[in-house]
Amino acid sequence: MGKQTLIFNSPIFIENTATVVGPKEGEGPLKTTFDKTYDELYCGTTSWELAERKLMSEAIELCLQKANKKNQEIDFFLGGDLLNQNITASYVAREKEIPFWGLFNACATSMEALTLAAVLLDGGFANHIVTAVSSHFATAERQFRFPTEFGAQKPETAMFTVTGAGAAHVSKTKTKIRIEAATIGKVIDLGVTSPFNMGSAMAPAAAHTIKTHLADLKRTPNDYDAIVTGDLSRIGSPILKSLLFEENIDISHVHQDCGLLIFSPDQNVFSGGSGCACSAVVTFGHLFKEMKRGLLKKILVVATGALLNPLMVHQKESIPCIAHGVSFEYVHS
Amino acid sequence: MDYIVAFAVGGMICVIGQILLDFFKFSPSHVMSSLVVMGALLDGFHLYDRLIDFAGAGAVVPIMSFGHSLVHGAMIEANRSGFLGIGMGIFEVTSAGISSAILFGFLVAIFFKPKG
Repeated sequence: MGKQTLIFNSPIFIENTATVVGPKEGEGPLKTTFDKTYDELYCGTTSWELAERKLMSEAIELCLQKANKKNQEIDFFLGGDLLNQNITASYVAREKEIPFWGLFNACATSMEALTLAAVLLDGGFANHIVTAVSSHFATAERQFRFPTEFGAQKPETAMFTVTGAGAAHVSKTKTKIRIEAATIGKVIDLGVTSPFNMGSAMAPAAAHTIKTHLADLKRTPNDYDAIVTGDLSRIGSPILKSLLFEENIDISHVHQDCGLLIFSPDQNVFSGGSGCACSAVVTFGHLFKEMKRGLLKKILVVATGALLNPLMVHQKESIPCIAHGVSFEYVHS
Repeated sequence: MDYIVAFAVGGMICVIGQILLDFFKFSPSHVMSSLVVMGALLDGFHLYDRLIDFAGAGAVVPIMSFGHSLVHGAMIEANRSGFLGIGMGIFEVTSAGISSAILFGFLVAIFFKPKG
């Protein structure tokens, strides 16, 4: 449909989801919506990379347990994370023995994975797919900024990477949540160069995807109960609203941001949460729970990713950004 | 009075660092090396010793004084052994600082684990 939007002819459903999070998320406003919470960043392991791997592995395990599915019954595992060479997802795939597609779209990977899962199911290439993404505060700091042991100062525009993992089991089995349409974003770069200001960098990409989604499907923001962005936070959210307002699209009454939902401002999280897991754990936990209760009938989740590479930033390149939107619909069962 | 001067001068050096960080968008490593170079340059013009006379501890604490000490060591040894002395003397004055950084870094790494 239109330029960048896919509509799925056969009904594709979210069969189950599971979320596992770290300490700070477990103290936040959404603490009751997660399946499992760890009270320290190592999650019982000896390194942060191992901790992140454990989070993703357990999210998948819990997700499949809910439908009593075994790894062998799953056709594909679509996963990604933020670390070099997608190590978290790759090592989890090694242990799960499910055919694996490694994905990287930074924090937009959660919705990229769901879109691809829906495409594979709609095309009849699979019956059961599990998607998973993860991020971890300390591994992300080391990967993109400075190791936390270095103790570098961060400005208020910086974001706080969510520690956690979200997994979703996608199939054609009818449930209350249907993946109805998806809009694949373009890479947009308006020249932000600071890895401490990703909210501003990502807002134009989110604005472009939302605008294209609505135009492609001839919809208005009023068709949605919520338009939820992944991790624009306190800095990027107002920029997004004003960018869309200039295009005569007013989303201020339906807009929410996962990075703002997951933490409360008094948790010392700078401008709000970010990371692959941010959109995943908020969508798979809080938002889907609201949908199952019928409080939200139709939502558009726009996961925003800053395709940031520290080497490129040191070479004075700006940060390219992407946003993928997936529309979920409540179905009476 | 000495305490106040030391506090004010040491604080001013930190303010310079903070300005480099916030307004000139330097990375922490750039700030550190800039301050070292500044200390070295000031010592090259014999200005840093005057600052130390004036501010005492405010000017001898790291990291600006590190540049000063590097130049100092190099100069002293150069006077004694000629051109090669620059290389030999550069870590002469600073060696205690560097060794203790390594030692304490090692001890901390043994006994503590980062919390995140």
